[in-house]
Amino acid sequence: MAENKVKKVTVNTTINGQEMDILIDPYVSLLETLREVVGITGTKEGCNDGNCGACTVNLDGRIVDSCLVLGVEAEGKNIETVEGMASPDGLHPLQQAFLEEAALQCGICTPGFLVSAKALLDNEPDPSEERIRHWLAGNLCRCTGYDKIVKAVTKASKESK
Amino acid sequence: MVSTPENKNYKVIGTRPIRHDGYDKVTGRAQYGADIKLPGMLIGAVARSPYAHAKIKSIDTSEAEKMDGVFAVMTAKDLPRLGDIVRGNSEESGSERHLSENVMAFEKVLYKGHVVAGVAAKDQNTAFEAVKKIKVDYEVLKPVINVDQAMAKDASILHEDYLGDHLGKKVKNTNIAAHVRHESGNIDDGFEKADLVIEKEVDMQTVHQGYLEPHTGTAVWDEEDRVKIWTSTQGSFAVRDSVSKVLDLDVSRIKVTPMEIGGGFGGKIPIYLEPISAVLSKKTRRPVKTVMSRTDVFDASGPGPGGKVKVKIGIDSEGKILAAYADIRLEAGAYPEAFIEAAAKCVFSCYDVPSMKIDAYDVVVNKPSSAPYRAPASPQVAFATETVVDEICNIKGYDPIDFRLKNVAEKGTRTALGPKYRTIGLKECLEAAKDSDHWKSDLDSNPKSGKKRGRGIASGYWFNIGFKSSVNLSLNPDGKVALTEGSTDIGGSRASIAMQAAEVLGIPAEDVRPSVVDTDSIGITDVTGGSRTTYATGYAAYNAAHKLIEQIIEKSALKWDISKDQIEYSDGVVKSKTDSELKMTLKEIADDPPGGPIVSSASVDLEEAGGGFAVHIADLEIDEETGKTDVVNYTAIQDVGKAIHPSYVEGQMQGGAAQGIGWALNEEYFMSDDGIMLNSSYLDYRMPTSLDLPMINTIMIEVPSEEHPYGVRGVGEPPIVPPVPAIGNAINDALGLRLLNTPMKPSRITEALKRKK
Repeated sequence: MAENKVKKVTVNTTINGQEMDILIDPYVSLLETLREVVGITGTKEGCNDGNCGACTVNLDGRIVDSCLVLGVEAEGKNIETVEGMASPDGLHPLQQAFLEEAALQCGICTPGFLVSAKALLDNEPDPSEERIRHWLAGNLCRCTGYDKIVKAVTKASKESK
Repeated sequence: MVSTPENKNYKVIGTRPIRHDGYDKVTGRAQYGADIKLPGMLIGAVARSPYAHAKIKSIDTSEAEKMDGVFAVMTAKDLPRLGDIVRGNSEESGSERHLSENVMAFEKVLYKGHVVAGVAAKDQNTAFEAVKKIKVDYEVLKPVINVDQAMAKDASILHEDYLGDHLGKKVKNTNIAAHVRHESGNIDDGFEKADLVIEKEVDMQTVHQGYLEPHTGTAVWDEEDRVKIWTSTQGSFAVRDSVSKVLDLDVSRIKVTPMEIGGGFGGKIPIYLEPISAVLSKKTRRPVKTVMSRTDVFDASGPGPGGKVKVKIGIDSEGKILAAYADIRLEAGAYPEAFIEAAAKCVFSCYDVPSMKIDAYDVVVNKPSSAPYRAPASPQVAFATETVVDEICNIKGYDPIDFRLKNVAEKGTRTALGPKYRTIGLKECLEAAKDSDHWKSDLDSNPKSGKKRGRGIASGYWFNIGFKSSVNLSLNPDGKVALTEGSTDIGGSRASIAMQAAEVLGIPAEDVRPSVVDTDSIGITDVTGGSRTTYATGYAAYNAAHKLIEQIIEKSALKWDISKDQIEYSDGVVKSKTDSELKMTLKEIADDPPGGPIVSSASVDLEEAGGGFAVHIADLEIDEETGKTDVVNYTAIQDVGKAIHPSYVEGQMQGGAAQGIGWALNEEYFMSDDGIMLNSSYLDYRMPTSLDLPMINTIMIEVPSEEHPYGVRGVGEPPIVPPVPAIGNAINDALGLRLLNTPMKPSRITEALKRKK
């Protein structure tokens, strides 16, 4: 039977500072592109319909659910994932604070929280608890009750000053 | 196994080191179920029933098989047909046949989403397209979707060939898989003598564990009929057992490698996709990975049972409980096992009740086969009991903590199933609640206009299981210790187990390196569940560490050529008691120990860890116009035995409270009459977000368990028990409305307010 042959497209994009050309089906999500094509699996799939935030990445300074963005939309864009947060010199203050504050239990939502929280602190270095809770409301965590996550973000904001 | 808690100043226990697996988890390196990629791997997908109850007349897979890029298609015909042998693994039991039928339906589908066929294809898209081409001819049957429908006289029957056990009598053609009764004392006398008798019935909708990571299963079935499985599970040995049954293979032919696990709460004890990937691999001789969608997770995994619980309590004029009765009807889902024995154990667990009778019914309905959910069945029964207790206090004007203290269960109190409590800490929790800043604070009785505030309190219990665990230790040449264990780490247990070994050895937590290994590499270890892991696997680590010290002393004796009795070990140093010249660090003895490397292993099979109790206080603010409820202040108090890593104990208390708050206020399976869940996405199955919750205050009470050398009790489960009744009681305090249904959502509040007017 003749299948609909969809032609793959080449996308030029920058992921965690590295420019690359990737060949993808035009219908795949950015999430699938990162995980299956680029091969970085730190970005997680929790729902694939934009409701859990486990797949949060930073796209040109804006946080998005990568399951709701097409891979082809990455063309010419800068994408940052959890894999891009630490440097060879050490962890990002948020990562360190998450460890010190025990802000993760199972850890599957952690990459999404870290990417979201980093976008917040990049723009607002000293957010209130209310602001943090509001900003992170798009990221679900089922283990922690958010307490220690909110505290970790607060701690990182104080320490990166 | 009983021992006296060690009473000393701990060096490692009670500290808060960074968890050993933390770095991988904050950098995205940790590999969860869906992250595995094997050479030549195919992607599996499954066809699921669109009906809640139907006979399968025929399945035509020919169109799917012909598709380009499809490598194999399977149905239940590819699985061995199993007999009705009862199985049992820790929190789960039931029959092997049901286990297999739940993986893939044979003659009947029993819930929407029940798997009927599987395919393996070159990629996900092709696999999904192939699934669409599988044609199934169904004869649709009437579903039963709650306990009332299922227990009705003319109910549609799920399992025509199943014999229910009704108080020991075998009964055919029933949806009541089991009816058990527990009795002590004479309740008729008790109720007759009572000064006040209060009875309430609560009705709860099905809920889901809600773990963020969907189920996965990756398998290779090789030419030697050995099956290798990679999966996200709460128990790699439970997966091995279950898969061996479903595939009718000896356990030694199956090797399960646990991936990191993205939440479970009991829901990742059952198997779903693992045998399907295995059979598809057998047909293709290639690795096959199958992953659930979020909708699949809601439709076909978990959930926690809904149902109805009626509780009646009688008290004398002094406020002492005389008699208590419970009628518990819980939804097992498609296959038996709704944890009714646990329900019976928990329903009056917080009180000293001289006479009681408990009837509990395990009821099958056309919903996914229920899985354990954090203190399975305890929140459901606590909702009824704690509501009745609150009502008693309201009517009599008793202080709710004083009433609970007056009737408190303590060491020696007889439990519902017979045994007496060993040392427990409920009394201490209630006293701490009374003394807490929260309880002593004034409730803002005059909040913003149109809003009302209320405060509620409730207690809860989980019994904490024991069972089997194994730990291996190996002293490395640098003096550090490698620890291998079989407990999959769902929330920091690598740390809590390694810390117990480190405490014995007197070395820093960081110097014990824990790894969770596959089923070929460690002794049998039961599931990470029942709040057993830090207790039982921690105990195995404790024993293994003591054995390692024996080895260290033995090898030092050989090296120094003196008697073992003359050697002592403490804090990473082995030395002669008599000759101060003879002294070695762990590094020195590990460098070239006589007779080979220093290793040890230990295993345990433990009894229950001594129950854990929690008391929660909730302050709510309710908008009378919209019915929206905000939790404005929340305190969780819990007897944690001994907090090995206090941060992760607090995390359990906060996380359990958050799940319970979601259960109380928002979460439910919203079902159509046809048995279709209408809200099977995170958008509509509304779990709490960071914006929905306040900070959750925690008060850890440490009443050491008698069963563990450090006094460890399980801590994960008690905190989900009190929230539902605490919130119900707070709503009653705010509005004078006794809501008896979960969730206590805005529409229920506004409707009840209208009725009241």
